[in-house]
Amino acid sequence: MAGRGRTFGRRLGSWLVDGYAALVLAYLLLPILVIVLYSFNKPAGRFNFVWKSFSLDAWRDPLRYDALVEAMKLSLAVAGISTLVAALFGTLIALALTRYRFRGSAPVGLLLVLPLTTPEVVLGSSLLTLFLDLNVRTGFTTIVIAHIMFSVSYVALTVRARIRGFDWTLEEAAMDLGATPLRVFGKVTLPLILPGIVAAGMLSFALSLDDFIITLFNAGSSVTYPLYVYGARRAAFPPQINVIATAILLLSLFALTATHLWQNRTLRQQPGRPLPPV
Amino acid sequence: MTIPDTTESESRRTGADPADGVIVLERVVKRFGEYLAVAHADFAIGRGEFFSLLGPSGCGKTTTLRMIAGFEQPTEGRILLEGRDVSRVPPYRRNVNTVFQHYALFPHMSVYDNVAFGPRSQKLDATETDRRVRELLDVVRLAAFARRKPSELSGGQQQRVALARALANYPSALLLDEPLGALDLKLRQAMQGELKRIQREVGVTFIYVTHDQEEALTMSGRIAVMNEGRVEQIGTPEEVYHSPTSVFVATFIGVANLIPAVVEQANGAGASVRVAGSLPVAVPAGTWRLGAGAKASVMVRPERLRLSAAPPGDCVSIPVTLEQAVFQGPVVRCLLRAAEGSEIVAHVGPEQILPGLSPGLALWVSWEPEAARLLPP
Repeated sequence: MAGRGRTFGRRLGSWLVDGYAALVLAYLLLPILVIVLYSFNKPAGRFNFVWKSFSLDAWRDPLRYDALVEAMKLSLAVAGISTLVAALFGTLIALALTRYRFRGSAPVGLLLVLPLTTPEVVLGSSLLTLFLDLNVRTGFTTIVIAHIMFSVSYVALTVRARIRGFDWTLEEAAMDLGATPLRVFGKVTLPLILPGIVAAGMLSFALSLDDFIITLFNAGSSVTYPLYVYGARRAAFPPQINVIATAILLLSLFALTATHLWQNRTLRQQPGRPLPPV
Repeated sequence: MTIPDTTESESRRTGADPADGVIVLERVVKRFGEYLAVAHADFAIGRGEFFSLLGPSGCGKTTTLRMIAGFEQPTEGRILLEGRDVSRVPPYRRNVNTVFQHYALFPHMSVYDNVAFGPRSQKLDATETDRRVRELLDVVRLAAFARRKPSELSGGQQQRVALARALANYPSALLLDEPLGALDLKLRQAMQGELKRIQREVGVTFIYVTHDQEEALTMSGRIAVMNEGRVEQIGTPEEVYHSPTSVFVATFIGVANLIPAVVEQANGAGASVRVAGSLPVAVPAGTWRLGAGAKASVMVRPERLRLSAAPPGDCVSIPVTLEQAVFQGPVVRCLLRAAEGSEIVAHVGPEQILPGLSPGLALWVSWEPEAARLLPP
């Protein structure tokens, strides 16, 4: 009897844990599910907010609205350029901070966190003030500059966390074997820290694609995908928005899985020195 | 101090002529800010030598090695490699290669690519690179592992890859920074033999940094014993063991009894000292010059001591009390106390085991005059 009671209690406990986990997952994934689901909706009017009936219309014609396509192109261009630049400079900052102790290296490390902790509204408005004071016309260039600014911090911090366990004697070993500093970097350092840079770059790309507040201040008349979606809420909200959002979602899932597999392989090559996870 | 003097005479005695050295350190000093890492290194290492830098951690041995490799630059003095001043030459333009303590193998490259890294960096063509890689993988007996990644090898195998990689540039000298430190005892002993074999086979000068005195004694042709940045003594394993020139060398290498003494008279060939109020005792003067009345230590190794119930006539002997006798297999380790209070350890072999070695026993400890060395106090 006592045994059965204990079994029942244990089973109840495990149900509760499972149920709780399911609730949390649902809470996390439900909004995403709605996005995907509504890409298959055939809305009654111009607003894709109420479920009407299942349809593949939007998926058959995702590029129907030129303004949406233009906005998406702009967002991709901004994210691409700002990620490349931020990955370069962020990596250099991370290398400098990890590799060398120089005068002011500790303050620099602290200042890096500042763009992440400052409210976006403050960052966006102060950047706009700066551009206006300097007589810079807001548009594509200013969006890119703004995105590079916050991405550099993310990349530098992510790469720095990833290379904290890097074995710097590998660089000495390469140099000892006759490799010039450039060859040391190209053949030894870069290949080993590349997974960290790629992870940081993906983060930076996602942040740029997603950014609304800072972009809103500095976009001028340019319209990125988030700005378009925000504007569409008033005039028309076609299911194509959901289609493109779903496509981005699938692409990021694919990219995440691919890098995960690739990094696992790289990690296994470094015995005793696993890099810290992002 | 008389240290530079010692260094010179020692290196002359072992026949390493600085003019003939593959590597020559000329009055090398290294400071890190206020900290004096290497106080005065002045010696030459001959072609094909197995030369060890031995000392406790922080003695400057690794800094000395890193200066030879080019990772550090001497604050003063010069380093000559094959007669050329390389003091300011970066590591990638020096023909010396290093085996690092933790191997530092490139984890993203195969064993083959690791070994090929040096020749490729020197822009050798593919045929010559391939020939060298195969040759060296044969030397370290890892030819079958060429396609593996370092993470798929055992510690000893990784060690041998590091060795092959460092030899692939055909360096003038191979620098080894405690290369066996990360291996367990059994593997370490096997690798000691392996290293000696490889050194004989390729005939390259080895400069070997270690804090393990046994390893240095086993493997080296000559040993430089370092302490607090100074080279205390350079000599063959037999010389530094049997004729240490300082108390530090005597105690760092093996076990040494140091019996306080006062010099009665000394000349070039020998000296007479008074130990613990006993009769004058004759000792070889060694390299340390002493005047009458100077304080000194008489150094005798535990295995050179004899124990007896009565003072033997023909030897130097002093009265002692037995404090402890520990059976250790080959020898009985006897802890003795001399009349003036100093502690003496004697390793007594089976040929002279005395019956009833119980604590408190009054004995005489004796040694042949030539077994002792006179050292500064």
